Amino acid sequence: MFTFLGRRLLSTLPVLLIVAVLVFFMLRLTPGDPAALLAGDAANAEQIAQIRAGLGLDRSIPVQFGIWFGHLLTGDLGQSFYYKTPVTTLIGQRLEPTLSLTLVTITLAVLVAVPLGVLAAWRFGSLLDRVLMGFSVAGFSIPVFVLAYLLIWALSLQLGWLPVQGYKRIADGVGPWLYHLTLPAMTLSVIYIALIARVTRAAVLETLGEDYIRTARAKGLPENAVLMRHALANAAVPIITVIGIGIALLIGGVVVTESVYAIPGLGRLTVDAVLARDFPTIQGVILLFSFVYVLVNLLIDLSYVFFDPRIRY
Amino acid sequence: MVELKVVNAVNAEALSVEAASVHVQASAWQRVRRSTSVRIGGTVLLVLVAIALLAPWLGTVDPALFDPGSRDLLPGQFGEITTLDGEQLKHRFLMGSDSFGRDIHSRVIYGTQVSLIVGLFTAVVALVFGIGFGLCAGFLRWLDGPLMRVMDGLMAIPAVLIAIALVAMWKGSVPTVVVAIAIPEIPRVTRLVRSLVLSIREEPYVEAAISLGTPTWLIMVRHILPNCVAPLVVQGTFICASGILTEAILSFLGVGLPSDIPTWGNVMAEGRAQFNTYPHNIFFPGFFLALTVLAVNILGDGLRDTLDPKMAKRG
Repeated sequence: MFTFLGRRLLSTLPVLLIVAVLVFFMLRLTPGDPAALLAGDAANAEQIAQIRAGLGLDRSIPVQFGIWFGHLLTGDLGQSFYYKTPVTTLIGQRLEPTLSLTLVTITLAVLVAVPLGVLAAWRFGSLLDRVLMGFSVAGFSIPVFVLAYLLIWALSLQLGWLPVQGYKRIADGVGPWLYHLTLPAMTLSVIYIALIARVTRAAVLETLGEDYIRTARAKGLPENAVLMRHALANAAVPIITVIGIGIALLIGGVVVTESVYAIPGLGRLTVDAVLARDFPTIQGVILLFSFVYVLVNLLIDLSYVFFDPRIRY
Repeated sequence: MVELKVVNAVNAEALSVEAASVHVQASAWQRVRRSTSVRIGGTVLLVLVAIALLAPWLGTVDPALFDPGSRDLLPGQFGEITTLDGEQLKHRFLMGSDSFGRDIHSRVIYGTQVSLIVGLFTAVVALVFGIGFGLCAGFLRWLDGPLMRVMDGLMAIPAVLIAIALVAMWKGSVPTVVVAIAIPEIPRVTRLVRSLVLSIREEPYVEAAISLGTPTWLIMVRHILPNCVAPLVVQGTFICASGILTEAILSFLGVGLPSDIPTWGNVMAEGRAQFNTYPHNIFFPGFFLALTVLAVNILGDGLRDTLDPKMAKRG
């Protein structure tokens, strides 16, 4: 188990290395000039050159990469061009809103999607099943910002139940924090619910055809025990897997959701950094998101041992 | 005489094999046509294509035209619009107007053209590169490892982030947006093609072709690619849907196509500031966007179920 863990952790390193190289060179090979953007329209060529030298952009690209990568190995993501602070500090400041939003979203999505998926599989082919599957296709198709505005319009502007925008830190109290997160989390969770419900339905449907389900029913177990303890428990592995895969969708959605709801998180930071050609910040944020994605999926691989005792590493 | 008979028999057999394969193809097409999902998705999509093609004749004006006197009109109101020649026309603003006095109906209808073009070309670019890389990885064993590691790395970066970063750096135009959206889709196509190549090249007919000395490129074109068509059409449909969606996200965030190009994302981005008072500025383009993506996704589901039963079971 531990040798496997070590091997898997090591095997993620080359992927992250490739991500670092890809992100770095994609940004450098594009025409936008951060120095010119920072200098403003009034600056002359000399001032721009000075700024460029100050940012270290006058050196050759391999040298720039060497310096950046050297610092990266010590956990230093460099200095933001735009904010003039270390990228790690910037990320630290923006981490809480994003983490809150994603955790609330995942919790909400799992709590809604798994029971719906089980119900759909249990009443396979019924009206409920077809409505849920129709909803799932629609959930994939409705753009997250269209949904955001629909919900704002209905729940905030018409009914006045929830705030239109903004974020409250958890330090200011759990109540206001959750109150401000409800609408963004509902928005973001729809596509995730669609994905998880679909896979849950398929996985439970498959286990419901197994012999042990018939045995469980034959020995007189109540139906919810059959569904939960036998069908759902054995369908756990694909459900957990899709939750991990969905993290990528979630990260894309975070960028849009934070923009619509004016949440000062990592998604907003990404968009602001891109617009300002703030290379170190863009690299840092993308690297962080990719690292989280790879790490979560590694953890999910490991969790198979827990959900399916037949799996041994 | 005997020889002739044998030849005839061989010919007859060849003919019947040909007939059988024609029959199989026809039935695949028939299955596709019978599918409810394909019919619904396809019909809606055809209507949207018609809207895009007929845009100038659908009660629209030039989407760039504006008139300061016709700002913030509600849907259905009449107002004036100034043409490029300075002429004032009476115009009915079916979907209202924005804060510059531009006709939202015209911008949304012309936006259909942009979205469909971006979606189509994103799918084409992602498929072309994905097929190329996938064939290389499947056939050239020394290239397989390095190429697939790069693809793994690319897949670990969330797609929207790559697209945002690339397009903002390149300055938005239709080709750059298409390429930026297509790049994160390439690894998925590559993986699909590679896995198809690896399984098809073990088939007896490919082994036979190899042992007959058929050149590799001919095996790819004649044996591998035709077997990839169905899964790739399905994959391409889904890429098209996500391309349309991503383009709208980029424009909405202000990093996509320049705001003078009428796209649904741009119209929505412009409507943000006034959402409280004029929600229709966002809802009309949003409805078209959701409808288009839904139609393409439903079409994709139908194609997957009929063309590619193996994939349907998987997903």
